[in-house]
Amino acid sequence: MILYMLCLMLFCVGLYGVLRKRNLIKIIVGLGIMEYSMNLFFVLLGYRFHGRAPIDAQDQTILNMVDPLPQALVLTSIVIGLGVTALVISIAIRMYEKYGTFDITKIKRLKG
Amino acid sequence: MELHILLIFMIFAAIVAIEVKDLLSSVIAVGAVGFALCLAFLILKAPDLAITQLVVEILCLIILIRATIKKDLPLVIEGRWVFNTVSTLAFICLFLFFAWTALRELPRFGEPMMTVVKKYLSEGVSKTGAVNLVTAVILDFRAYDTLGEATVLFTSVIGIMAILRRPGRKKPEDIDNAR
Amino acid sequence: MTLIVKTVTRLTVGLILIFGIYIILHGHLSPGGGFAGGVIVALAFVHLMLAFGEDVAVSKISRNLASHLESIGALMFLGVALLGFLGGSFFLNILIKGSPFKLFSAGTIPLSNIAIGIKVGVGLFAIFLALVILEKSKGAK
Repeated sequence: MILYMLCLMLFCVGLYGVLRKRNLIKIIVGLGIMEYSMNLFFVLLGYRFHGRAPIDAQDQTILNMVDPLPQALVLTSIVIGLGVTALVISIAIRMYEKYGTFDITKIKRLKG
Repeated sequence: MELHILLIFMIFAAIVAIEVKDLLSSVIAVGAVGFALCLAFLILKAPDLAITQLVVEILCLIILIRATIKKDLPLVIEGRWVFNTVSTLAFICLFLFFAWTALRELPRFGEPMMTVVKKYLSEGVSKTGAVNLVTAVILDFRAYDTLGEATVLFTSVIGIMAILRRPGRKKPEDIDNAR
Repeated sequence: MTLIVKTVTRLTVGLILIFGIYIILHGHLSPGGGFAGGVIVALAFVHLMLAFGEDVAVSKISRNLASHLESIGALMFLGVALLGFLGGSFFLNILIKGSPFKLFSAGTIPLSNIAIGIKVGVGLFAIFLALVILEKSKGAK
């Protein structure tokens, strides 16, 4: 229970960064922290005491294994997080060329 | 016990990453959070995820440092700062209170219910022939999700190549001048 | 880059590439799989580009070839999925299953791993080519 609450506190640190910071790179850093905390939360849900990694072995008898289904979902989520971060960084690079600053209060023009 | 220490270290590193003024230092702090997450995956008995998280974190750091080097800017604090910060913190405290109430319904940490996975664990090796059960789940039992993920990666690569394209056509006044 | 970085790169970049291919091929026997192996292959090429400059890396895989290879990887994955129609339904695992713990076992799973490894690896290298070319054109202005 304490572990779940610590994980959600990490999520809230990232959320504070997205809501309150004015620098565009700090917003992207906050987004990345939120992704990490949610991946960790999923894997925490599937852990089992005295379990084993979900790979079969040839010379040992396996008593019980950790849940492999959340691990499969999180594997997909990690790679999608990389794609999203790369795309957002490229948009930030283009915006720096056009406006000359990373400050979001000075980027007000919506057209052109 | 080690998981608690690792999570408290991650929270401190995340607070450093958000608050420090230098852009390069905040990117390095995010790298520290990612590596601690890889250690947490190893403690939670997930070796597939640890390998993937480590190499993805390295690539993400390289892209972030390429984008932020030599591009600092000085920031100034504007008015209404106290009201904004206090209201954001109040919202976050409300969110954590509701999360505490909701998380009490989950089963205890370390004793999952495992109703869906019993079938995968008992007949996974015999039905697919793969020894690694996570690979059997993502490429045989739930292969449709992997197709969706391949599509998302493909779309993001095409998007980046479209955004960062050098302009290749001449402007109309250049064509008129050359004529 | 300095001489130390260039010498170490020359010694280790081939080993990193072979390690990535090993993790892709043994995805059904040990931890790893297509995604982790593909990112390691991309990191080998990025290592070459960071140490020697962009021209050496482009001479190994040009922009056109990267774009074509990524599309071939995605189409191969879709082809393996449509192969399941011969057995009865979409994505059915129809090749021979073999006995566990051998390299040539588990039906269509190694083919899917290879397709995803090619796609992810070359796609991430194409992202880097797009980023670095932008830096150079900005610096020359």
